[in-house]
Amino acid sequence: MFTLLQIELHKIYSRPRTYIAFAAITAIVLIFQFAFKYDGQSYMDLMLQNIQDNFEIDKSKAINGYFMCYIILNTLLIQVPILVALVAADTISGEANMGTLRLMLTKPVSRTQLLLVKFLASFIFTVCLLIWMAIIALFLSLLIFGHEDMLVFRVKGEESFILQITKDDIMWRYFAAFGYAAIALTVIVALGMLLSVFAENSIGPIVATVCIVLFFTIVSNMNIPVIDRNVKPYLFTSYLVGWKGFFYIGLDSAEQPIKGSIENWPAIQKSIYILLGHIGFFLSMAIISFRKKDILS
Amino acid sequence: MLKKIYSAFIFLLIFQVHAKAQANNTLLKNVQAKLDKVTDYEAEGKMKTNVAFLKLPIAKVKLYFKNPNKFKLRSENGMSFVPKGSMSINLYTIFSNNKFTVIEAGDDKIANTNLKIIKLLPDDDTGDLVLTTLYIDPVNALILKSRTTTKENGTYELQMTYGNYAKYGLPDKILFSFNTKDYKLPKGITFDFDDGSTKKSTAKTNVPKKGEIEIAISKYQINKGISNDVFK
Repeated sequence: MFTLLQIELHKIYSRPRTYIAFAAITAIVLIFQFAFKYDGQSYMDLMLQNIQDNFEIDKSKAINGYFMCYIILNTLLIQVPILVALVAADTISGEANMGTLRLMLTKPVSRTQLLLVKFLASFIFTVCLLIWMAIIALFLSLLIFGHEDMLVFRVKGEESFILQITKDDIMWRYFAAFGYAAIALTVIVALGMLLSVFAENSIGPIVATVCIVLFFTIVSNMNIPVIDRNVKPYLFTSYLVGWKGFFYIGLDSAEQPIKGSIENWPAIQKSIYILLGHIGFFLSMAIISFRKKDILS
Repeated sequence: MLKKIYSAFIFLLIFQVHAKAQANNTLLKNVQAKLDKVTDYEAEGKMKTNVAFLKLPIAKVKLYFKNPNKFKLRSENGMSFVPKGSMSINLYTIFSNNKFTVIEAGDDKIANTNLKIIKLLPDDDTGDLVLTTLYIDPVNALILKSRTTTKENGTYELQMTYGNYAKYGLPDKILFSFNTKDYKLPKGITFDFDDGSTKKSTAKTNVPKKGEIEIAISKYQINKGISNDVFK
Protein backbone atom coordinates (compact mmCIF):
# COMPACT_ATOMS: atom_id res chain seq x y z
CA MET A 1 0.00 0.00 0.00
CA PHE A 2 2.81 2.40 0.95
CA THR A 3 4.71 1.54 -2.26
CA LEU A 4 1.55 2.19 -4.21
CA LEU A 5 1.20 5.56 -2.50
CA GLN A 6 4.80 6.42 -3.34
CA ILE A 7 4.16 5.53 -6.99
CA GLU A 8 1.03 7.69 -7.08
CA LEU A 9 2.83 10.63 -5.46
CA HIS A 10 5.67 10.20 -7.94
CA LYS A 11 3.12 10.33 -10.78
CA ILE A 12 1.56 13.52 -9.42
CA TYR A 13 4.85 15.31 -8.82
CA SER A 14 6.42 14.26 -12.13
CA ARG A 15 3.64 15.97 -14.08
CA PRO A 16 4.31 19.62 -15.01
CA ARG A 17 0.58 20.30 -14.54
CA THR A 18 1.00 19.77 -10.80
CA TYR A 19 3.34 22.73 -10.52
CA ILE A 20 0.87 25.05 -12.26
CA ALA A 21 -0.99 25.17 -8.94
CA PHE A 22 2.13 26.09 -6.95
CA ALA A 23 3.16 28.67 -9.58
CA ALA A 24 -0.31 30.20 -9.74
CA ILE A 25 -0.52 30.52 -5.94
CA THR A 26 2.97 32.02 -5.76
CA ALA A 27 2.17 34.55 -8.49
CA ILE A 28 -1.14 35.62 -6.92
CA VAL A 29 0.36 35.96 -3.45
CA LEU A 30 3.37 37.94 -4.68
CA ILE A 31 1.13 40.31 -6.67
CA PHE A 32 -1.03 40.86 -3.60
CA GLN A 33 1.98 41.51 -1.41
CA PHE A 34 3.49 43.90 -3.94
CA ALA A 35 0.20 45.79 -4.38
CA PHE A 36 -0.42 46.12 -0.64
CA LYS A 37 3.17 47.10 0.06
CA TYR A 38 2.87 50.05 -2.29
CA ASP A 39 -0.81 50.97 -2.08
CA GLY A 40 -2.43 49.08 0.77
CA GLN A 41 -3.71 52.38 2.17
CA SER A 42 -6.30 52.63 -0.63
CA TYR A 43 -7.77 49.27 0.36
CA MET A 44 -7.81 50.33 4.01
CA ASP A 45 -9.49 53.62 3.06
CA LEU A 46 -12.25 51.64 1.33
CA MET A 47 -12.77 49.31 4.28
CA LEU A 48 -12.56 51.96 6.98
CA GLN A 49 -14.76 54.46 5.12
CA ASN A 50 -16.19 57.15 7.39
CA ILE A 51 -14.64 55.64 10.52
CA GLN A 52 -11.66 57.77 9.63
CA ASP A 53 -13.79 60.88 10.24
CA ASN A 54 -14.10 59.93 13.90
CA PHE A 55 -10.94 57.98 14.63
CA GLU A 56 -7.24 58.21 14.06
CA ILE A 57 -6.04 54.81 12.89
CA ASP A 58 -2.49 53.84 12.11
CA LYS A 59 -3.22 52.22 8.75
CA SER A 60 0.37 51.11 8.30
CA LYS A 61 -0.06 48.96 11.42
CA ALA A 62 -3.41 47.66 10.18
CA ILE A 63 -1.77 46.32 7.02
CA ASN A 64 0.38 43.66 8.65
CA GLY A 65 1.36 40.05 7.90
CA TYR A 66 -1.67 38.51 9.59
CA PHE A 67 -4.11 40.84 7.81
CA MET A 68 -2.38 40.20 4.47
CA CYS A 69 -2.70 36.44 4.88
CA TYR A 70 -6.41 36.83 5.67
CA ILE A 71 -6.98 38.92 2.54
CA ILE A 72 -4.97 36.49 0.40
CA LEU A 73 -6.81 33.44 1.75
CA ASN A 74 -10.10 35.25 1.20
CA THR A 75 -9.28 35.44 -2.49
CA LEU A 76 -7.27 32.27 -2.94
CA LEU A 77 -9.55 29.81 -1.24
CA ILE A 78 -12.08 30.50 -3.98
CA GLN A 79 -9.51 29.74 -6.68
CA VAL A 80 -7.61 26.91 -5.01
CA PRO A 81 -10.44 24.39 -5.53
CA ILE A 82 -9.90 24.88 -9.26
CA LEU A 83 -6.20 24.11 -8.85
CA VAL A 84 -6.96 21.05 -6.75
CA ALA A 85 -9.41 19.86 -9.42
CA LEU A 86 -6.58 19.93 -11.99
CA VAL A 87 -4.90 17.07 -10.14
CA ALA A 88 -7.78 15.21 -8.48
CA ALA A 89 -10.02 14.98 -11.54
CA ASP A 90 -7.13 13.55 -13.52
CA THR A 91 -6.36 10.60 -11.24
CA ILE A 92 -8.48 7.86 -12.88
CA SER A 93 -9.38 9.47 -16.20
CA GLY A 94 -5.71 10.32 -16.81
CA GLU A 95 -4.79 6.64 -16.50
CA ALA A 96 -7.71 5.72 -18.76
CA ASN A 97 -6.61 8.29 -21.30
CA MET A 98 -3.05 6.94 -21.35
CA GLY A 99 -4.29 3.36 -21.48
CA THR A 100 -2.57 2.35 -18.26
CA LEU A 101 -5.64 1.79 -16.12
CA ARG A 102 -6.34 -1.77 -17.26
CA LEU A 103 -2.64 -2.61 -16.90
CA MET A 104 -2.63 -1.28 -13.34
CA LEU A 105 -5.59 -3.37 -12.37
CA THR A 106 -3.84 -6.54 -13.48
CA LYS A 107 -1.61 -6.07 -10.39
CA PRO A 108 -2.68 -7.73 -7.13
CA VAL A 109 -4.34 -4.59 -5.84
CA SER A 110 -8.06 -4.25 -5.37
CA ARG A 111 -9.92 -1.45 -7.15
CA THR A 112 -10.95 0.00 -3.78
CA GLN A 113 -7.33 0.04 -2.63
CA LEU A 114 -6.20 1.69 -5.83
CA LEU A 115 -8.85 4.38 -5.59
CA LEU A 116 -8.13 5.03 -1.91
CA VAL A 117 -4.40 5.33 -2.62
CA LYS A 118 -5.10 7.78 -5.43
CA PHE A 119 -7.40 9.71 -3.10
CA LEU A 120 -4.70 9.75 -0.41
CA ALA A 121 -2.08 10.94 -2.92
CA SER A 122 -4.39 13.78 -4.06
CA PHE A 123 -5.07 14.65 -0.42
CA ILE A 124 -1.31 14.83 0.26
CA PHE A 125 -0.94 17.09 -2.79
CA THR A 126 -3.71 19.34 -1.38
CA VAL A 127 -2.01 19.49 2.02
CA CYS A 128 1.32 20.35 0.34
CA LEU A 129 -0.44 23.13 -1.56
CA LEU A 130 -1.86 24.50 1.70
CA ILE A 131 1.54 24.27 3.42
CA TRP A 132 3.02 26.22 0.50
CA MET A 133 0.21 28.78 0.86
CA ALA A 134 0.93 29.06 4.58
CA ILE A 135 4.63 29.59 3.89
CA ILE A 136 4.21 32.36 1.34
CA ALA A 137 0.87 33.91 2.33
CA LEU A 138 1.43 33.86 6.08
CA PHE A 139 5.11 33.56 6.93
CA LEU A 140 6.43 35.59 3.98
CA SER A 141 3.78 38.26 4.65
CA LEU A 142 4.84 38.38 8.30
CA LEU A 143 8.41 38.85 7.14
CA ILE A 144 7.46 41.66 4.75
CA PHE A 145 4.71 43.43 6.69
CA GLY A 146 5.54 42.52 10.29
CA HIS A 147 3.12 41.28 12.93
CA GLU A 148 0.49 43.36 14.65
CA ASP A 149 -3.08 43.05 15.85
CA MET A 150 -5.44 41.93 13.11
CA LEU A 151 -8.62 43.64 11.95
CA VAL A 152 -11.41 41.46 10.64
CA PHE A 153 -14.06 43.28 8.60
CA ARG A 154 -17.37 41.50 8.86
CA VAL A 155 -20.93 41.84 7.62
CA LYS A 156 -23.44 39.94 9.75
CA GLY A 157 -27.05 40.29 8.72
CA GLU A 158 -27.58 44.01 8.27
CA GLU A 159 -24.72 45.07 10.48
CA SER A 160 -21.12 45.72 9.54
CA PHE A 161 -18.41 45.77 12.12
CA ILE A 162 -14.72 45.47 12.76
CA LEU A 163 -13.20 42.91 15.08
CA GLN A 164 -9.73 43.36 16.49
CA ILE A 165 -7.75 40.26 17.42
CA THR A 166 -4.57 40.78 19.40
CA LYS A 167 -1.37 39.52 17.78
CA ASP A 168 -0.77 36.86 20.45
CA ASP A 169 -4.16 35.32 19.70
CA ILE A 170 -3.89 34.87 15.93
CA MET A 171 -1.42 32.13 15.00
CA TRP A 172 -3.50 29.23 16.40
CA ARG A 173 -6.46 30.55 14.41
CA TYR A 174 -4.42 30.26 11.21
CA PHE A 175 -3.39 26.68 12.03
CA ALA A 176 -7.04 25.84 12.66
CA ALA A 177 -8.09 27.67 9.47
CA PHE A 178 -5.55 25.78 7.35
CA GLY A 179 -6.71 22.52 8.94
CA TYR A 180 -10.30 23.40 8.05
CA ALA A 181 -9.22 24.39 4.52
CA ALA A 182 -7.60 20.95 4.13
CA ILE A 183 -10.97 19.30 4.90
CA ALA A 184 -12.82 21.73 2.60
CA LEU A 185 -10.45 21.12 -0.31
CA THR A 186 -10.64 17.37 0.22
CA VAL A 187 -14.32 17.64 -0.76
CA ILE A 188 -13.12 18.94 -4.15
CA VAL A 189 -10.62 16.07 -4.32
CA ALA A 190 -13.40 13.53 -3.68
CA LEU A 191 -15.73 15.23 -6.20
CA GLY A 192 -12.98 15.36 -8.82
CA MET A 193 -12.23 11.67 -8.30
CA LEU A 194 -15.88 10.73 -8.58
CA LEU A 195 -16.22 12.54 -11.92
CA SER A 196 -12.88 11.12 -13.01
CA VAL A 197 -14.20 7.58 -12.63
CA PHE A 198 -16.79 8.17 -15.36
CA ALA A 199 -14.47 9.69 -17.98
CA GLU A 200 -11.93 8.38 -20.43
CA ASN A 201 -9.98 11.64 -20.68
CA SER A 202 -8.91 14.29 -18.14
CA ILE A 203 -10.45 17.39 -19.68
CA GLY A 204 -14.07 16.39 -19.03
CA PRO A 205 -13.87 15.75 -15.27
CA ILE A 206 -11.53 18.72 -14.68
CA VAL A 207 -13.89 21.11 -16.49
CA ALA A 208 -16.94 19.54 -14.85
CA THR A 209 -15.43 19.85 -11.34
CA VAL A 210 -14.39 23.45 -11.99
CA CYS A 211 -17.84 24.32 -13.36
CA ILE A 212 -19.64 22.75 -10.39
CA VAL A 213 -17.37 24.58 -7.93
CA LEU A 214 -17.73 27.91 -9.79
CA PHE A 215 -21.50 27.64 -10.16
CA PHE A 216 -22.04 26.64 -6.53
CA THR A 217 -19.61 29.33 -5.30
CA ILE A 218 -21.43 32.03 -7.26
CA VAL A 219 -24.79 30.87 -5.91
CA SER A 220 -23.32 30.68 -2.38
CA ASN A 221 -22.27 34.33 -2.58
CA MET A 222 -25.42 35.77 -4.17
CA ASN A 223 -26.86 37.28 -0.97
CA ILE A 224 -30.47 36.97 -2.06
CA PRO A 225 -32.70 36.09 0.91
CA VAL A 226 -34.70 33.37 -0.87
CA ILE A 227 -31.46 31.66 -1.96
CA ASP A 228 -29.88 32.24 1.46
CA ARG A 229 -32.71 30.33 3.11
CA ASN A 230 -33.55 27.61 0.61
CA VAL A 231 -30.48 26.86 -1.49
CA LYS A 232 -27.29 27.82 0.33
CA PRO A 233 -27.55 25.31 3.18
CA TYR A 234 -27.52 22.49 0.61
CA LEU A 235 -24.42 23.62 -1.30
CA PHE A 236 -21.07 22.35 -0.05
CA THR A 237 -19.44 25.57 -1.33
CA SER A 238 -21.32 27.51 1.38
CA TYR A 239 -19.14 25.72 3.92
CA LEU A 240 -15.80 26.19 2.12
CA VAL A 241 -15.41 29.61 3.75
CA GLY A 242 -16.02 28.15 7.21
CA TRP A 243 -12.32 28.68 8.03
CA LYS A 244 -13.27 32.30 8.65
CA GLY A 245 -15.26 31.19 11.66
CA PHE A 246 -11.95 30.83 13.52
CA PHE A 247 -11.42 34.57 13.10
CA TYR A 248 -14.86 35.54 14.38
CA ILE A 249 -13.74 36.08 17.95
CA GLY A 250 -16.26 35.65 20.75
CA LEU A 251 -17.52 38.77 22.57
CA ASP A 252 -18.44 39.22 26.21
CA SER A 253 -21.57 40.98 27.46
CA ALA A 254 -19.80 44.35 27.10
CA GLU A 255 -19.02 43.52 23.43
CA GLN A 256 -15.30 43.16 24.19
CA PRO A 257 -13.43 40.36 22.35
CA ILE A 258 -12.58 37.38 24.53
CA LYS A 259 -9.03 36.22 23.90
CA GLY A 260 -8.76 32.64 22.65
CA SER A 261 -12.48 32.34 21.89
CA ILE A 262 -14.55 31.60 18.80
CA GLU A 263 -17.97 33.17 18.39
CA ASN A 264 -19.78 30.13 17.02
CA TRP A 265 -17.86 26.88 17.37
CA PRO A 266 -21.00 24.70 16.89
CA ALA A 267 -21.49 26.28 13.43
CA ILE A 268 -17.89 25.44 12.47
CA GLN A 269 -18.31 21.94 13.86
CA LYS A 270 -21.51 21.50 11.85
CA SER A 271 -19.71 22.71 8.71
CA ILE A 272 -16.87 20.24 9.31
CA TYR A 273 -19.38 17.38 9.65
CA ILE A 274 -21.17 18.46 6.47
CA LEU A 275 -17.88 18.60 4.57
CA LEU A 276 -16.78 15.21 5.96
CA GLY A 277 -20.19 13.86 4.93
CA HIS A 278 -19.63 15.12 1.40
CA ILE A 279 -16.18 13.54 1.30
CA GLY A 280 -17.63 10.24 2.50
CA PHE A 281 -20.48 10.41 -0.03
CA PHE A 282 -18.36 11.35 -3.05
CA LEU A 283 -15.65 8.82 -2.18
CA SER A 284 -18.15 6.01 -1.59
CA MET A 285 -19.86 6.80 -4.89
CA ALA A 286 -16.49 6.83 -6.62
CA ILE A 287 -15.53 3.45 -5.10
CA ILE A 288 -18.89 1.87 -5.97
CA SER A 289 -18.78 3.21 -9.52
CA PHE A 290 -15.13 2.25 -9.99
CA ARG A 291 -15.73 -1.29 -8.73
CA LYS A 292 -18.59 -1.73 -11.19
CA LYS A 293 -16.84 0.04 -14.05
CA ASP A 294 -16.19 -1.91 -17.21
CA ILE A 295 -12.59 -0.94 -17.85
CA LEU A 296 -11.77 -1.01 -21.54
CA SER A 297 -8.69 1.22 -21.66
CA MET B 1 -37.44 109.65 45.47
CA LEU B 2 -38.61 107.08 42.90
CA LYS B 3 -35.70 108.09 40.68
CA LYS B 4 -33.28 107.43 43.56
CA ILE B 5 -34.78 103.97 44.25
CA TYR B 6 -34.65 103.15 40.54
CA SER B 7 -31.00 104.24 40.34
CA ALA B 8 -30.13 102.20 43.43
CA PHE B 9 -31.88 99.15 41.93
CA ILE B 10 -29.95 99.50 38.65
CA PHE B 11 -26.73 99.95 40.63
CA LEU B 12 -27.44 96.81 42.69
CA LEU B 13 -28.27 94.83 39.56
CA ILE B 14 -25.06 95.89 37.83
CA PHE B 15 -23.13 95.21 41.01
CA GLN B 16 -24.66 91.74 41.33
CA VAL B 17 -23.98 90.87 37.68
CA HIS B 18 -20.45 92.17 38.03
CA ALA B 19 -19.95 90.28 41.28
CA LYS B 20 -21.24 87.06 39.68
CA ALA B 21 -18.94 87.49 36.69
CA GLN B 22 -16.11 88.17 39.10
CA ALA B 23 -16.97 84.99 41.07
CA ASN B 24 -17.07 82.91 37.87
CA ASN B 25 -13.74 84.31 36.75
CA THR B 26 -12.26 83.55 40.17
CA LEU B 27 -13.61 79.99 40.01
CA LEU B 28 -12.09 79.51 36.55
CA LYS B 29 -8.82 81.01 37.78
CA ASN B 30 -8.80 78.56 40.71
CA VAL B 31 -9.33 75.65 38.32
CA GLN B 32 -6.64 76.97 36.01
CA ALA B 33 -4.23 77.55 38.93
CA LYS B 34 -4.62 73.88 39.88
CA LEU B 35 -3.95 72.76 36.33
CA ASP B 36 -1.00 75.15 36.05
CA LYS B 37 0.85 73.19 38.72
CA VAL B 38 1.48 70.61 35.98
CA THR B 39 3.94 71.51 33.24
CA ASP B 40 4.00 67.97 31.82
CA TYR B 41 2.82 64.49 32.63
CA GLU B 42 3.02 60.94 31.43
CA ALA B 43 0.28 58.56 32.49
CA GLU B 44 -0.57 54.90 32.02
CA GLY B 45 -4.10 53.73 31.53
CA LYS B 46 -6.50 51.16 30.17
CA MET B 47 -8.81 52.24 27.38
CA LYS B 48 -12.16 50.57 26.78
CA THR B 49 -13.94 51.40 23.53
CA ASN B 50 -17.70 51.24 23.35
CA VAL B 51 -18.75 51.88 19.76
CA ALA B 52 -21.43 49.74 18.10
CA PHE B 53 -19.36 48.77 15.06
CA LEU B 54 -15.99 48.38 16.79
CA LYS B 55 -15.28 45.24 18.77
CA LEU B 56 -11.94 46.09 20.28
CA PRO B 57 -10.09 44.61 23.23
CA ILE B 58 -9.19 46.79 26.21
CA ALA B 59 -6.03 48.63 25.20
CA LYS B 60 -3.10 49.65 27.36
CA VAL B 61 -2.51 53.32 26.61
CA LYS B 62 -0.11 56.06 27.52
CA LEU B 63 -1.14 59.69 27.78
CA TYR B 64 1.41 62.44 27.34
CA PHE B 65 0.96 66.13 28.02
CA LYS B 66 3.29 69.09 27.80
CA ASN B 67 2.41 72.70 28.45
CA PRO B 68 0.80 74.64 26.89
CA ASN B 69 -1.22 72.34 24.62
CA LYS B 70 0.71 69.28 23.48
CA PHE B 71 -1.22 66.06 24.06
CA LYS B 72 -0.86 62.51 22.79
CA LEU B 73 -2.82 59.33 23.45
CA ARG B 74 -0.91 56.25 22.32
CA SER B 75 -1.64 52.54 22.46
CA GLU B 76 1.07 50.49 24.12
CA ASN B 77 0.08 47.04 22.92
CA GLY B 78 -0.73 47.07 19.25
CA MET B 79 -3.26 48.90 17.17
CA SER B 80 -5.63 51.50 18.48
CA PHE B 81 -8.59 53.51 17.32
CA VAL B 82 -8.05 56.91 18.91
CA PRO B 83 -11.05 59.24 18.68
CA LYS B 84 -10.23 62.42 16.81
CA GLY B 85 -11.60 64.69 19.52
CA SER B 86 -9.35 63.11 22.13
CA MET B 87 -7.46 66.41 22.36
CA SER B 88 -10.34 67.61 24.48
CA ILE B 89 -9.48 64.92 27.04
CA ASN B 90 -6.75 67.36 27.85
CA LEU B 91 -8.47 70.06 29.94
CA TYR B 92 -5.56 72.42 29.44
CA THR B 93 -6.68 73.05 25.86
CA ILE B 94 -9.81 74.70 27.25
CA PHE B 95 -7.75 77.38 28.91
CA SER B 96 -4.94 77.58 26.34
CA ASN B 97 -6.86 80.32 24.58
CA ASN B 98 -7.91 82.86 27.18
CA LYS B 99 -10.09 84.80 24.78
CA PHE B 100 -13.59 83.71 25.68
CA THR B 101 -16.70 85.14 27.24
CA VAL B 102 -17.79 83.51 30.50
CA ILE B 103 -21.52 82.94 30.97
CA GLU B 104 -22.99 81.48 34.12
CA ALA B 105 -25.60 78.84 33.34
CA GLY B 106 -26.87 77.78 36.75
CA ASP B 107 -26.19 74.89 39.07
CA ASP B 108 -26.28 71.11 38.81
CA LYS B 109 -25.50 68.06 40.90
CA ILE B 110 -23.46 64.96 40.09
CA ALA B 111 -23.26 62.24 42.76
CA ASN B 112 -24.24 64.61 45.60
CA THR B 113 -21.66 67.18 44.55
CA ASN B 114 -23.00 70.65 43.88
CA LEU B 115 -21.67 72.04 40.65
CA LYS B 116 -21.53 75.41 38.92
CA ILE B 117 -22.29 75.38 35.22
CA ILE B 118 -20.19 77.81 33.22
CA LYS B 119 -20.30 78.29 29.49
CA LEU B 120 -17.27 79.54 27.60
CA LEU B 121 -18.01 81.29 24.35
CA PRO B 122 -14.90 81.85 22.23
CA ASP B 123 -14.40 85.45 21.11
CA ASP B 124 -12.94 84.22 17.83
CA ASP B 125 -15.84 82.79 15.81
CA THR B 126 -13.66 81.57 12.94
CA GLY B 127 -12.28 78.53 14.79
CA ASP B 128 -13.78 75.04 15.04
CA LEU B 129 -14.85 75.50 18.65
CA VAL B 130 -18.41 76.79 19.11
CA LEU B 131 -19.10 76.39 22.82
CA THR B 132 -17.65 74.73 25.90
CA THR B 133 -19.80 73.99 28.92
CA LEU B 134 -18.02 73.22 32.17
CA TYR B 135 -19.52 71.61 35.26
CA ILE B 136 -17.23 72.71 38.06
CA ASP B 137 -17.04 71.57 41.68
CA PRO B 138 -16.47 75.01 43.31
CA VAL B 139 -15.25 73.56 46.62
CA ASN B 140 -12.39 71.55 45.12
CA ALA B 141 -11.97 73.63 41.94
CA LEU B 142 -12.29 70.54 39.73
CA ILE B 143 -14.03 70.12 36.40
CA LEU B 144 -16.27 67.05 36.72
CA LYS B 145 -17.89 67.30 33.33
CA SER B 146 -17.37 69.24 30.13
CA ARG B 147 -19.25 69.42 26.87
CA THR B 148 -17.52 70.81 23.80
CA THR B 149 -19.46 71.64 20.66
CA THR B 150 -17.48 72.01 17.46
CA LYS B 151 -18.42 73.07 13.93
CA GLU B 152 -16.87 70.11 12.14
CA ASN B 153 -16.72 67.21 14.58
CA GLY B 154 -19.95 67.37 16.53
CA THR B 155 -20.19 67.38 20.29
CA TYR B 156 -17.77 65.76 22.72
CA GLU B 157 -18.57 65.11 26.33
CA LEU B 158 -16.13 64.36 29.12
CA GLN B 159 -16.89 63.03 32.55
CA MET B 160 -14.09 62.82 35.05
CA THR B 161 -13.63 61.07 38.35
CA TYR B 162 -10.85 62.27 40.61
CA GLY B 163 -8.74 60.43 43.16
CA ASN B 164 -5.07 60.53 44.09
CA TYR B 165 -4.13 63.33 41.72
CA ALA B 166 -7.04 65.69 42.42
CA LYS B 167 -4.66 68.33 43.82
CA TYR B 168 -3.20 68.65 40.30
CA GLY B 169 -6.63 68.61 38.66
CA LEU B 170 -5.81 65.27 37.01
CA PRO B 171 -8.57 62.63 36.81
CA ASP B 172 -8.28 58.90 37.61
CA LYS B 173 -11.03 58.00 35.21
CA ILE B 174 -12.26 59.66 32.04
CA LEU B 175 -15.43 58.88 30.13
CA PHE B 176 -15.28 60.45 26.69
CA SER B 177 -18.48 60.47 24.60
CA PHE B 178 -18.70 61.51 20.97
CA ASN B 179 -20.90 61.26 17.89
CA THR B 180 -20.18 58.50 15.39
CA LYS B 181 -21.41 57.87 11.88
CA ASP B 182 -22.96 54.68 10.56
CA TYR B 183 -20.58 52.00 9.31
CA LYS B 184 -21.84 49.81 6.51
CA LEU B 185 -19.87 47.55 4.19
CA PRO B 186 -21.51 46.36 0.95
CA LYS B 187 -22.76 42.78 1.25
CA GLY B 188 -20.52 40.28 -0.49
CA ILE B 189 -17.35 42.34 -0.25
CA THR B 190 -16.09 40.34 2.71
CA PHE B 191 -17.20 36.81 1.56
CA ASP B 192 -18.39 36.07 5.06
CA PHE B 193 -19.05 32.68 6.55
CA ASP B 194 -22.76 32.53 7.28
CA ASP B 195 -22.91 30.69 10.58
CA GLY B 196 -26.68 30.92 10.72
CA SER B 197 -26.70 33.41 13.59
CA THR B 198 -27.51 36.47 11.49
CA LYS B 199 -30.15 38.78 12.85
CA LYS B 200 -31.81 41.94 11.67
CA SER B 201 -30.35 45.15 12.99
CA THR B 202 -32.45 46.87 15.59
CA ALA B 203 -30.48 50.12 15.38
CA LYS B 204 -32.27 53.10 13.87
CA THR B 205 -30.16 54.50 11.06
CA ASN B 206 -31.29 58.14 11.23
CA VAL B 207 -30.54 58.56 14.95
CA PRO B 208 -27.09 60.03 15.66
CA LYS B 209 -24.88 57.30 17.06
CA LYS B 210 -22.92 57.76 20.27
CA GLY B 211 -19.55 56.28 20.99
CA GLU B 212 -17.79 56.09 24.33
CA ILE B 213 -14.19 55.71 25.38
CA GLU B 214 -13.43 54.95 29.00
CA ILE B 215 -9.88 55.49 30.23
CA ALA B 216 -8.89 54.30 33.70
CA ILE B 217 -5.62 56.01 34.56
CA SER B 218 -3.42 54.17 37.03
CA LYS B 219 -0.17 56.06 37.26
CA TYR B 220 0.87 59.66 36.61
CA GLN B 221 4.42 60.92 36.39
CA ILE B 222 4.10 64.66 36.86
CA ASN B 223 6.64 67.35 35.97
CA LYS B 224 9.43 64.88 35.11
CA GLY B 225 10.04 66.39 31.67
CA ILE B 226 8.91 64.95 28.31
CA SER B 227 10.71 65.12 24.98
CA ASN B 228 8.90 66.88 22.13
CA ASP B 229 9.56 63.80 19.96
CA VAL B 230 6.78 61.96 21.80
CA PHE B 231 4.19 64.25 20.21
CA LYS B 232 5.36 63.73 16.61
